[in-house]
Amino acid sequence: MKALRNYLDRIKPQFEKGGRFEKLQSTFDAFETFLFVPDKTTRSGSHIRDAIDLKRTMSMVIIAMVPALLFGIWNTGYQHYLSLGQQPGFGPIVGYGLMKVIPIIIVSYVAGLGVEFIFAQYRGHEVNEGYLVSGMLIPLVMPVDIPLWMVAVASIFAVTIGKETFGGTGMNVFNPALLARAFIFFAYPAKITGDTIWTGGLTKGEGVVDGFSGATPLGNAAAGAMDKIPSMYDLFFGFIPGSIGETSKIAIILGAIILIVTGIGSWRIIVSGILGGITMTLIFNAFAVNDYMTLSPLTQIMMGSFLFGMVFMATDPVTASQTNRGKWIYGFLAGFFAIMIRVFNPAYPEGTMLAILLMNAFAPLIDYYVVEANISKRLKRAVTAVKS
Amino acid sequence: MPKTFTLKKGLDIRLKGEAEKTLREVTALHYAVKPTDLIGVFPRLLVKEGDTVLAGTPVFVDKYRDNICFPSPVSGTVAEIRRGDKRLLLEVRIEPDGKNGQIDFGAADPSKLLIRQRPYGIIANPEQSPKAIHVSAFDTAPLAPDYDFIVKGQGEFFQVGLDALSKLTSGKLHLNISHKTTAVEFLNSRNVEINTFKGPHPAGNVGVQIHHLDPVNKGDIVWFAGVQDVITIGRLFREGIYNPDIILALAGSEVLKTGYFKTRRGACIYKMVEGNVKDGNVRYISGNVLTGTQIRHDSFAGYYDSMVTVIPEGNYHEFLGWALPGLNKLSFSRSFFSWMMPGKKFTVDTNLHGGERAFVMTGQFEKVLPMNIYPMQLIKAAIAEDIERMENLGIYEVEPEDLALCEFIDTSKTEIQTIIRNGLELVRKEMS
Repeated sequence: MKALRNYLDRIKPQFEKGGRFEKLQSTFDAFETFLFVPDKTTRSGSHIRDAIDLKRTMSMVIIAMVPALLFGIWNTGYQHYLSLGQQPGFGPIVGYGLMKVIPIIIVSYVAGLGVEFIFAQYRGHEVNEGYLVSGMLIPLVMPVDIPLWMVAVASIFAVTIGKETFGGTGMNVFNPALLARAFIFFAYPAKITGDTIWTGGLTKGEGVVDGFSGATPLGNAAAGAMDKIPSMYDLFFGFIPGSIGETSKIAIILGAIILIVTGIGSWRIIVSGILGGITMTLIFNAFAVNDYMTLSPLTQIMMGSFLFGMVFMATDPVTASQTNRGKWIYGFLAGFFAIMIRVFNPAYPEGTMLAILLMNAFAPLIDYYVVEANISKRLKRAVTAVKS
Repeated sequence: MPKTFTLKKGLDIRLKGEAEKTLREVTALHYAVKPTDLIGVFPRLLVKEGDTVLAGTPVFVDKYRDNICFPSPVSGTVAEIRRGDKRLLLEVRIEPDGKNGQIDFGAADPSKLLIRQRPYGIIANPEQSPKAIHVSAFDTAPLAPDYDFIVKGQGEFFQVGLDALSKLTSGKLHLNISHKTTAVEFLNSRNVEINTFKGPHPAGNVGVQIHHLDPVNKGDIVWFAGVQDVITIGRLFREGIYNPDIILALAGSEVLKTGYFKTRRGACIYKMVEGNVKDGNVRYISGNVLTGTQIRHDSFAGYYDSMVTVIPEGNYHEFLGWALPGLNKLSFSRSFFSWMMPGKKFTVDTNLHGGERAFVMTGQFEKVLPMNIYPMQLIKAAIAEDIERMENLGIYEVEPEDLALCEFIDTSKTEIQTIIRNGLELVRKEMS
């Protein structure tokens, strides 16, 4: 390690102002601080600081996504061979999954981080770690047969328009990963809807066995084919077609546990989001004018990206409400609208993405009223103090 | 029956090197009065180098409030007047003559007491009457001295001090004690309202206590004093002399033999740390690790500080430090495995552990601030220099020390205490 450190110290001057590579200063800094925690010490205020930093925080979120990712890789292969009517061993299944998923991850990171590095250099900032999470979230919410160039364009759009226009990580209004997905959804709707996109190779028309449609549970539900919704067992473990990371609920719950235990994801948003979804479903159950509205709350939560969205997307601290009371309201409404849009929107089977993006827009308003309540309480106290 | 307040939010930072309960006497080589300890004071010097002073001789006054003067803690000669950039007065060093000469005030003069007020943390104006006076009788900060130990045997002076303070307000005099205290000096105090507080740091901060007892509204003035200040006041009223004898705790992982020292306000710490600190690059802090001031090994304890902490400096690179399991890393979050070892004490250095970032995480500060205040919003208002919003969000109720834990746990490494201090100063200038 010492040799590496010495090497970095030796080449560092070239990246500083006036050096040969000064245009790559942010990039160098990003890699240097990735390898070594800086030697900076406290100057003012508290002399000691918590060991946590944004790198640690973001890597914890990535660790929380790993179960969903690993299962997604396996399930990609599994669904592919299922569509072919074959049942090979674990090796080929994972092999196929890796072949399909890893390129999407690489493209997402290279495209998104590239933009981040350029902006960091342009602004003279350090590279912010926010995209480490977005770059992993984007592949997880994509259908596996998505063209790679589309992932690249969507990532660049999300970082440039969704984040850097507002001032970078911490300033954005909308969740970048969801924005990337929404971008594809509105720009290339045919590539992210339908039955064939969710299974690797199916869009190219690779041999399909009879009876395999590739339709997601939500696709079936929207088509009114309630009998085709997979069993609760399949829904829970995730042996179903869907976006790469969304299918296995057990993997997502594992991720939720990591987020909640480390204190990095807000349990308030996760819990209230699920409560919101249950409430909406129960209201539907009470009226139940069509078959879709009779589905139980548990089925609704287990289907589609609802759980994935509530755990990994709605909890994004930057775009969610910032106050604790606001988080309850924000999460509840996100879950509530997710189910409502899912059931009522005929154009697209899933509502989680749009519901969370909608709530992203309302989060500051929710906070505004929560904080105003605190302010008016303080003012009232001051006024009574003057009177007495 | 004292009223008990149980505070849930906060964090007790467990560090190695707590001060042993032994008392040593030390005569410092020098003493100093430092205007830098005092917020918002513009000093006008009354002495020059070579002058002889007695304990209680005014050394300088505040240019804008010349009824507030700053007395010498000992008798001796003015050895040096140190100035910094732009001739800023840093400290007036006084070499003691060992004669313990002192001014006999006869009747006490409360204008030399240096009691502070909230809001702003400045020295109280003796011509005003506060709506209440608060004395916090315990400290929950990391490695904080034990006031039960300090007050032992000084109960009489403490009571006289309380009696004197109670005359200064038309409102209540609050003595806020820990639920764990066993000191009869506190428990048997008279003429005060005793309140019991229970909970992690910052439950011992007087600001947090005031917030729960009788919050500061716009226009309110509340005074506060520390235990040792009350004892000094008591001595002044009982004996008619200014004798700021205090007990100073020496703590921290880098101290060889920790303990308590009997000395005076403004003492040079050299005699206490000489040969008593581990080798290596260390930082000397007057006060606790969260709110204290960095000093040199041969300079002086701050006026309001009752402890000196010595911890290692952290100017080193750590290979993949953010990715390690972190069994020996202190963190409020549970992202390091050290959280599985409750009760473990840590050696913590001054490394920042990361780079400064924009605010990303939310809901963290609320966990360590036991006040009905939105810390993130208040900090942002202070950054934006929005006075009205700061007022609305409760700037009058806080001092930087109350948000020190927020700064400690902040993932984005923001300098929150500086931001809050600047915000308070901005409001103060606007209001005066």
